[in-house]
Amino acid sequence: MEIQMIPDFLNGLLGNEIGFVVWTLLKIVCIVAPIMGAVAYATLAERKVIGYMQIRIGPNRVGPFGLLQPVADGIKLLLKEIITPSASSKGLFFLAPIWVLVPALAAWAVVPFYPGFVLADINVGLLYVMAITSMGVYGVILAGWASNSKYAFLGAMRAAAQVVSYELAMGFALVGVMLVSSSLNMTEIVNKQAGAYGLVSWNLLPLLPLFIVYFISGVAETNRAPFDVVEGESEIVAGHMIEYSGMSFALFFLAEYANMWLIAAMASVMFLGGWLSPFPESWPILGASSFLWWVAKVAFMMFLFLWFRATFPRYRYDQLMRLGWKIFIPVTLVWIIVVAAWVVSPFSIWN
Amino acid sequence: MTLALFYIFAAVLVFAGLRVITAKNPVHAVLWLILAFFTSACLWILIKAEFLAVSLVVIYVGAVMVLFLFVVMMLDINFEELRKGFWKFFPVAAVVATIMVVEMILILTSRNAQIPGAMLVETGPTVADLGRQIYTVYFLPFQLSAVLLLVGMIAAIGLTIRKRKNTKYQQPGEQIAVKAADRVRVLKMEADARLEAPADKPAGEQQA
Repeated sequence: MEIQMIPDFLNGLLGNEIGFVVWTLLKIVCIVAPIMGAVAYATLAERKVIGYMQIRIGPNRVGPFGLLQPVADGIKLLLKEIITPSASSKGLFFLAPIWVLVPALAAWAVVPFYPGFVLADINVGLLYVMAITSMGVYGVILAGWASNSKYAFLGAMRAAAQVVSYELAMGFALVGVMLVSSSLNMTEIVNKQAGAYGLVSWNLLPLLPLFIVYFISGVAETNRAPFDVVEGESEIVAGHMIEYSGMSFALFFLAEYANMWLIAAMASVMFLGGWLSPFPESWPILGASSFLWWVAKVAFMMFLFLWFRATFPRYRYDQLMRLGWKIFIPVTLVWIIVVAAWVVSPFSIWN
Repeated sequence: MTLALFYIFAAVLVFAGLRVITAKNPVHAVLWLILAFFTSACLWILIKAEFLAVSLVVIYVGAVMVLFLFVVMMLDINFEELRKGFWKFFPVAAVVATIMVVEMILILTSRNAQIPGAMLVETGPTVADLGRQIYTVYFLPFQLSAVLLLVGMIAAIGLTIRKRKNTKYQQPGEQIAVKAADRVRVLKMEADARLEAPADKPAGEQQA
């Protein structure tokens, strides 16, 4: 492989250990830079998609078709004054937005883009993602507490309860994936979904209930509509973000979109076969696996986030808790047992 | 490299542990405790116990400490008040602590505490190996600890549940099952006979 030449060159130049660190940092830049670009343009895509769904045009003033809108937004947020409430806990007040953003980016370390193209191909990739994403909620709670504001605190309380509840359903959905792929390595999980007939061998069909639960829980985990009671603007104005301005607010915003991309990527890697083609292998060109399939699947899942937001009214808090605890968890538990029995039965399609 | 990392993580862990008991603000103390958990997970990764490390983060950092922080934030206690008796109780606490330290040194350095043949596996156990061990060799202890946790959970719920008589519960199943016919009854009524309007006044004035 040609790409192997770069780390070899670095190792020769800097010695094995420093060469490894530099090569890893380079890879991190190659992953984080496109993600931040995708995050910026997801904000534009959201406004455009929702605009067209409401028979409007959406932003179209800055640049051709409004394509420079994210840049304008970024500059505006950078130049705005950062206000600190005088009774806030200063250190934690500024730590909180960083704490929200860092897990959203760190989880990408194990997401495979194509065979071999993953920052850390570790054995417990799936668990790593669960562990890292579960830490993002601290940022929200701390933001609510450090702001010393009642609305912010209420938002933080709601966020904590919601994220902890939906994490369970999400974890159970992942148990199903582990059962059928008998591995926690993300590349391995995708490879297990390969088959001669494309789409039918993905995890999507046999694990359909788990896929639906996973994605809806993902929407709830990212506090997106219709599960955005955390920032419900009609009741608690903006939840934990109410006291933030300028760039410290923008970090929450970036984290939200980075998390959406992450959930979209995880869903497409675990259930939609990542880079595998949906068409039978025998078809020319269309049947070949490619990074472009990965992009198309992730983009489609992202579109679902925006579609949901434009379609569904917000859940009431008790309905949201009922959905998480009384519907999703029983559904996943039953389906895990079904899948486990299926895997050990003679009818197993995974052997 | 590994040794340097070990000392860095160990220093962070000890410092974080110290700050947990010295931090004035309980919320800060909880955050230091989270750092301590996270750092010990890093230490476990250094000895290639990656499954243990990640489950430590998932369970303690991701779930338990969130609830802990949740509770601590809502405490309404004057902590200066609690701290007042510190020096009065210090001698007793110091004696207890010293005895505990001596006991720990005695047991940890004793020959009986050494497990013969215990050593780190070179490649590190995979999750599959771990699962196989738990569900074959250590099946009974594993199930017993699960039952213990279940009992704990039931006890906690039993202690805290308060059913109030005047609480209104929703029955979403019944709500969904409702048909329009259950709520609205359409009555057939005979139309009244039309009244003859007086001929001398226009219809518009009657309305006003």
